[in-house]
Amino acid sequence: MGCAKWVLVRKNRAMNVIVCVKQIPDPANPGALDASSNTLKREGKLILDESDSYGVEMALQLVDAAGGGEVSLVSMAPNSETSGLRTALAMGAAKAVLVSDPALLGSDALTTAKILAAAINRLGGADLIIAATESSDGYTGTVPEQIAEVLGLPSVTFAKKVSVEGGMLKVNRQTEDGYDEVTCPLPALISVTAGVVEPRYPSFKGIMAAKSKPVDEVTAADLGVTPVGWAGAGQKVSSITQAEARAAGEVIEDDGESFAKIVTFLEGLKVI
Amino acid sequence: MGINNIWVFAQVTNGAPTSGSLELLTKAHSMGATVSVWVAGDGAAVAGVLGEFGASKVFAVSYGSNLAGVAVASAMKASIDDGQAPDLVMFPQSYEGRDVMARLSVKVERTVLTNNVEIVADGESVTVTTPIFGGNTLVATTFTGGAPYLAAFRPKSFVPESVGGAAAEVVVVNVPDLGATGAAQVIAVHVEETTGPKLDEANIVVSGGRGLGESVKFEMIESLAKLLKGAPGASRAIVDAGWVPYSYQVGQTGKVVKPTVYIACGISGATQHMVGMKGSKNIIAINKDKEAPIFGIADLGIVGDLHKVLPKLIEALQGL
Repeated sequence: MGCAKWVLVRKNRAMNVIVCVKQIPDPANPGALDASSNTLKREGKLILDESDSYGVEMALQLVDAAGGGEVSLVSMAPNSETSGLRTALAMGAAKAVLVSDPALLGSDALTTAKILAAAINRLGGADLIIAATESSDGYTGTVPEQIAEVLGLPSVTFAKKVSVEGGMLKVNRQTEDGYDEVTCPLPALISVTAGVVEPRYPSFKGIMAAKSKPVDEVTAADLGVTPVGWAGAGQKVSSITQAEARAAGEVIEDDGESFAKIVTFLEGLKVI
Repeated sequence: MGINNIWVFAQVTNGAPTSGSLELLTKAHSMGATVSVWVAGDGAAVAGVLGEFGASKVFAVSYGSNLAGVAVASAMKASIDDGQAPDLVMFPQSYEGRDVMARLSVKVERTVLTNNVEIVADGESVTVTTPIFGGNTLVATTFTGGAPYLAAFRPKSFVPESVGGAAAEVVVVNVPDLGATGAAQVIAVHVEETTGPKLDEANIVVSGGRGLGESVKFEMIESLAKLLKGAPGASRAIVDAGWVPYSYQVGQTGKVVKPTVYIACGISGATQHMVGMKGSKNIIAINKDKEAPIFGIADLGIVGDLHKVLPKLIEALQGL
């Protein structure tokens, strides 16, 4: 595991942050399964998962507040896809490691975490690693915490407010009935909820600069992670069925009196 | 052989196990296994109710100011190393549940399957079902990597039922040395005050979305919910926009609700949202776009301006 790298003591206030980003099919289009692999179809152009734009923004703000350092990205995607990465680079990230390898098809969450952890180590680690709480397409929702465990790092998940003071993270962490105030020394990993910050739009200058920022493309073998893909997954899809569809009821145009329809409907259900 | 020994991680909130945790306990007990429950914190306080729903033992992890996830996962790993490995560990899809599961998965080198709504054991083979694409498609996935199998379930997947069991035996478990992973410390706990029924337990839920136009209009949603003795909810769009707290969110990344009546106001019906509410017994939708997907699942759909419909509806209900 990558623990040994973390003993490096930071010599100045500069803070390096790595953000785990996922490139996904545009959620505006209906998802589909590939019948041969039973995985989500992810061909064609992929975009930066909106959930990850918050992490990228958070990273940029923290580095800015620290007065130095840089934001790097790690991503795992098929077909050497970089369009989503370019968006994050255009926002201000400096560089990226992209793990793209046909062998990764069918990888489970644990394998994904090992791959991303290895990519983080390839960058030499960081003071802080940021991920979203879950992706918008697969939403397993465990990968950030799994990465922390693989790297032997402390973690604070579901962060809804984050600051760093004197090398110490201060996080408001979402709970079932409120929030906890949590402190954690760096290095550490956090997962951030959507809306934690307002993601910036890439500027034209940023978009142009992103085209030439370095993206280090590697395979699972380059990272020394095996087995991967279906071979390494502790699961297999045994069947895919269509759920019973919920039928649509009555749809009416409001004529100024439709509120009465709602009242009648509620009365019929004896809830008022 | 088969699934003889099941662990359930129970989320305890306000001194009581969540209904989602009792659902898992009920399901585990119905599978004919010996069921032990893991909780973060005080076991004695919940041993009665957990026993009533089928637990024979409660492992209570005294986690101090650590985050529960890493503490419970480490305690579970120590117990497994000690020869007490279960065949299956079931987690609620809660904040702590996800953290415990993720940490444990790396420690025991096992995959995780999350967002499930059903589980079937056939001999030693365990298959779970996950709805995808807004619940239109069901994917059944079988664990292949060997026990213990780690699975997380959405709330309201099963119906909690008392089996009338005696109080469970409480075993207090100390947290093993967490090393660097235990560096995060909780320094203060804040409980958000809420009035009225809880969102995921309310009989009526009134939710607002981007169609409200501006945050101040959410007051209409709150007024209507209050009049109906229900709970206000929200789409992810307006939670992300900061109009209402995350705790209001209904959907994939928020609460799963199954009320008698769900009233969606200015919500188009993104997959992300539908997953959290399509199990409602009756759905009323108000949206100005007649092509909005929400109308595809609504029992009563009103194509119109909610800024005109809601004030009239509120006035009419006030007059009843």
